Amino acid sequence: MAMKLDDSVFVAPLDQLANWVRKHSLWPMPFATACCGIELMATASSRYDISRFGAEAMRFTPRQCDVMIVAGRVVMKMVPVMQRIWLQMPEPKWCISMGACASSGGVFDTYAVVQGIDRFIPVDVYVPGCPPRPEQLIRAVLDLQEKVQKTGTINGREFAKRTKYEGPAPLADELGAAELVVAPGNYASGKRSRGLPIVSNN
Amino acid sequence: MPTAVEYCSSLLGSPVPISEFKGNIRLVIPAEKIYAVLSGLKSSVGYDMLCDLAGIDYLNYPEATDRYAVLYSLTNTSTGERVFLKTFVNDPEPELPSVVALWEGANWMEREVFDMFGITFTGHPDLRRILMPDAFVGHPLRKDYPLRGYGERHNFPTLTRAES
Amino acid sequence: MPLELLDPAADTSLDSEYLYTLNFGPQHPATHTTLRLVLTLDGETIVKAVPDIGYLHSGFEKLGEDLDFNQYVTVVDRMNYISPVANEIAWVHSVEKLLGIDITPRCKYIRTILAELGRISDHLLCVAAASLDLGGLTTFFYAFNEREKVYDIIESASGQRFHPSYCRVGGMMNDITPDVVQKIRDFVRDFGKAQADIARLLNKNKIFIERTKGVGVLTREEAINRSVSGPVARASGLLRDLRKDEPYLAYGELQSSFKVVASKGGDCLSRYLVRMGEMAESIKIIAAAVENIPGGAMNIDVNEKTNIPSKQETYRTIEGLIQHFELFMWNRRFETPINEVYGANETANGELGFYVVSDGTGKPFRARTRPPSFIHFALFPHLMEGHQISDVPAILGSLNIIAAELDR
Repeated sequence: MAMKLDDSVFVAPLDQLANWVRKHSLWPMPFATACCGIELMATASSRYDISRFGAEAMRFTPRQCDVMIVAGRVVMKMVPVMQRIWLQMPEPKWCISMGACASSGGVFDTYAVVQGIDRFIPVDVYVPGCPPRPEQLIRAVLDLQEKVQKTGTINGREFAKRTKYEGPAPLADELGAAELVVAPGNYASGKRSRGLPIVSNN
Repeated sequence: MPTAVEYCSSLLGSPVPISEFKGNIRLVIPAEKIYAVLSGLKSSVGYDMLCDLAGIDYLNYPEATDRYAVLYSLTNTSTGERVFLKTFVNDPEPELPSVVALWEGANWMEREVFDMFGITFTGHPDLRRILMPDAFVGHPLRKDYPLRGYGERHNFPTLTRAES
Repeated sequence: MPLELLDPAADTSLDSEYLYTLNFGPQHPATHTTLRLVLTLDGETIVKAVPDIGYLHSGFEKLGEDLDFNQYVTVVDRMNYISPVANEIAWVHSVEKLLGIDITPRCKYIRTILAELGRISDHLLCVAAASLDLGGLTTFFYAFNEREKVYDIIESASGQRFHPSYCRVGGMMNDITPDVVQKIRDFVRDFGKAQADIARLLNKNKIFIERTKGVGVLTREEAINRSVSGPVARASGLLRDLRKDEPYLAYGELQSSFKVVASKGGDCLSRYLVRMGEMAESIKIIAAAVENIPGGAMNIDVNEKTNIPSKQETYRTIEGLIQHFELFMWNRRFETPINEVYGANETANGELGFYVVSDGTGKPFRARTRPPSFIHFALFPHLMEGHQISDVPAILGSLNIIAAELDR
């Protein structure tokens, strides 16, 4: 094939090409619950302007998004909602846990706040801070871009290997049978636990 | 117009116990008289706004004799005066008359006290849990409920990458 | 799909043939944060609106019982997170009332300025978000530009731009520098123009006016009946402003520099206009206060044994060192009266009060918050009756519901 390629044409593996395209148009799903949501707004607005990194197209429907930014603490009542939204996002998808509360519970070590969303959904990038400065969130987007570029594949093969639970040790399993309490929501059966028998409540 | 203290004393037929601290006047009203007192204060004394309605659990409080208190904070919007009425209720079935008929604003506040302390308000139009999930067991702001709960917050299934 | 979201609005009394239920939230752009509405619709008209809250209930009040008075400042910050400093000021106001502390004049002025900056940043976000929901994105960018300046001032004063944890019982974390004063002066000078820009975008905007005028009307009687306070009450003609009625901080001395903004309309447009007017008044307060900041110490004297001594005092003086240990050792802490007190501040959203019960130890026995957002959101079903579904964002935006304050 003796065709001479123009200078503006270059050859690359399809995976890399897809990654290159994907990483510069990450559409975030702002799952903004609390304070970090305001910093997320600040990141999107004029001074910090996340659109410089191609991530300004915030879509509030999970079906159009690539990256879920969980901004703020997630409490018991919100966990099933968060999981449902995560499931509704199409592949390939990533998750940024923004702020101390989403990553670890932060200052809210109370009965209602889950101690890190990574116990319930997979997380790719953690952003420290309470709340993180907009620069930190932009750094997280850049880190995620790097991750996409390095590990991504056009058909999402990289996710196939990640079958195991990646978060910290699930605390619910560590509780003994006597301490078992009624679950606020049963994800597997799709039922609220209104009628479940209560083993012990004190 | 009588002051709140005079009015309550005349309604109860005996001097009402008063405690005053830093300008806050607190009156202790028996639970069975609370509705009559509040309704009288609203109609005859001019305390037209229910500023706040809060529950307090006095378990292990120094010199406390009763378990729960419900605090009604009233404001007179024309003079700006405030008065705090406190009424005590006890286990096993803490119960008070609802004041939603007097102030619509009490609706959610009573629901919150019910949710957090388990005090029922008879006559409330819609007494459900408001902040905690419906299926939740226990009342978190009671003093015998631990700060970190009984592990409810961890009791959710985990999603892995393969499942999602 | 898993998870069956139960419908608390399930009401068989309505003729169900024509009605359908729409689940609005908990994750929806117009709710800004996490709250859920279950709307029963007849076509586009809302027959019934049932709010479902608690999606951000984080146990603030329980946490308050576990932390001491100074530690809880950090947590209170996160309550109304669009004007964090105002929450701190309200909290330490109650604690100082309980402990009988009279703060220094300088501290009063600094807190007044910060509280007013908080009010401006709160109202800016409220106006911006309300207009964003009604389709005006530009206001959002204009408002955030100004909010960044407020953040800059708070960052130069305290070191953190968002949640500064700047207040301490009996004073502030540190004194302000001349640089901060200059930044505040610059902000005061430039804010009028920025506000005029926002007003030009919205005040005569046909879409904005038509979607807010006459929508969600709250009468004065209903406002009193439903315990409403703050701008929402003043927009309904209930002239109640704690800055005038129960002057605290330096508001007593600054009485002549500001007026109470109110309106008789009671609709979403009135609430917007009241907020815009309050921002202009706040700027006047700041302008008057920043030129009159008294000199002298920021914190009360260390010998009064109630404030955290500065690092300088801790390391250089024996009184400071003793005082530091007294406040930070678990078995010492504050000496408090066995009593209870209610202190309230006029924050941007309304009357933010703390009812502090103390059992004589260093921690509050009960730290009840009177949250304005909670009380204002209870209005929602009442305001929503008979309106159309497109009015939901207009009314929500005008009430300025902050989920962390709503659920605590």
